[in-house]
Formats: sequence, C-alpha cells, structure tokens
Amino acid sequence: MVSLTRVYRFSASHRLHSPALSDAENARVFGKCNNPYGHGHNYALSVTVAGEVDDVTGRLINVTELDDFVQLKVLNLFSHRNINEDVPQFAELVPTTENVALVIAELLQQSWTEFLGDAGPRLHRVHLQETDRNGFEVLMPALGIEKKVEIEELLVHA
Amino acid sequence: MFVTRKVEFSASHVCRLSHLSEEENLRLFGPEASRNGHGHNYVLEVTVEGEPDRVTGMVVDLKTLKDVLEEQIVSPMDHRFLNAEVKPFDKLVPTTENIARAIWEKLLPVLDRPGTSLAKVRLYESTDLYVDVTREEA
Repeated sequence: MVSLTRVYRFSASHRLHSPALSDAENARVFGKCNNPYGHGHNYALSVTVAGEVDDVTGRLINVTELDDFVQLKVLNLFSHRNINEDVPQFAELVPTTENVALVIAELLQQSWTEFLGDAGPRLHRVHLQETDRNGFEVLMPALGIEKKVEIEELLVHA
Repeated sequence: MFVTRKVEFSASHVCRLSHLSEEENLRLFGPEASRNGHGHNYVLEVTVEGEPDRVTGMVVDLKTLKDVLEEQIVSPMDHRFLNAEVKPFDKLVPTTENIARAIWEKLLPVLDRPGTSLAKVRLYESTDLYVDVTREEA
C-alpha cells in the first residue's frame, strides 16, 4: 500500500472547559488548559491519503489540489482563530486536541468524494500535533463527531 | 517488534511527461515540472519487523542494515540526477510515490529473510511531505 502524508501548520487558541462540570471540576480535570483567558498552540496537521498510484503520472494525488482543499476546509476555519469562540463546531464541544482532530477528520471526509470523486484515493489518517510531546491520531473511517457528541451527552446524562 | 534506520541522500529530479504540453505538465506537477529540474534532501526511513534473536538480542544487525541501505540506495542515488542517472526513472516519473515504491522493490528481496521482514519504507521529500509504502494487507 502506498500512502502520502502532507503536513500543514496553523496557530490557534483554545480553552478546555466543559459546561457539564463545575468550575472546580474543570480546574481539576483540565489544569492549566482551563485558564479562563485561553492559550494558544502551533498545531501541525498531517493528512494521509492512501490508494493507487496512477500508472501515467506516478502520483497518488495532486498535492497542490490537496493543499487547496485542506486550506479551504480546515485552515481557513482554524488558522489564527479562537477555537472556542470562532469555530461553530466547538460551541458546545470542548476543543481538546482529540476533538479538534475528530472535527478536522469529519470536515475532510464529508467533502472528500466531492473533492476527488468515488474512484480517487481515500483519506487514511488525520494526525494532529499540539506540541512536540502531544500528538493525536484519527484512523479513518472515524467515529463521526456527531456520534461522539451523542455519546458524550449520554455519558453526561447517565 | 519494529526497528527503523534512517539515511539521507540529496538528488535532483524533474516530474514531466513528454507527451503532455508545458501547460499540462505545470498543471499536473506544479513547480516539480520546472524544465531544468531541482533538488531535494531526501530522508529515508526503513522499518524492519521481527523478534529479537534469543542470543544476540537483535532483530536485525544494524551494521548490515546500514551497509544494505548505503549500497542499494544511497550510493546509487546520492548527488545524482534521478531522471538521467538512476533506473527506473529513465522510464518512470520520479515522483516521491514512485521513488518510494522503487526503493521498496529494491529492498524487499534483500531485507525479507527468515525471521525478519521489510515492514515500511518512508520517504520524506521535505519535512512537510512524505510517502509510506507498506505491504498490501497492512
């Protein structure tokens, strides 16, 4: 199997705070990530595409087109933004890097067929590096974020 | 258990198809199609899978692996113009995908031995772009 990975970088701020928890619990669970003013990271997003290498072009995907697609679907939404305030998907969802990675995977997957058609290479993996020491990986097909939110709600209400 | 060894080589290439027009080549390959070629510092990571030998505690002799990579890959490719000097790129566009696949095919018969197998070839064209080749079932 051949896969190609492209790395994109964006800077954004976030605050980890769950409305389902008390202030004291939020402080305990999220520690310094719960700072009311938020804080920022330089994120590195790796997008891995897998499929067949075209016999004629020797390529799996047109990297320039992938760049444009990721720019449009992800970077425009997240780059130099406050994720909690500016990205609608996080109105209710805690922007942990796990959730940010899942949302990005979902954003890419939902337009993937429109972008490449049915026969094109598939989205294989989304990896989001928050700092040098923290990386989060979503292997496709991922559990949809809507499903995950449903599960979180169930847990909160349980 | 997986063991990965890294090597680097610098080479030049150009991604063009002779039957396409200048415009089509530029659309397809972007700056990689620039007529007179350009270079990269490629970084190659080769991963071998196996269990450590009971006596030596080694999955693979790293010195041997280093020598294999030097002989099979670095020596023929380092400081070369891939299209003109390295087969099969006289006939095959040297995209990162094709270079990674050619490296996989070259290493497979050498590194697949009883007890150890070639698990992955990862080729970085730059820090922000790499290609992985693994077994079909992986």
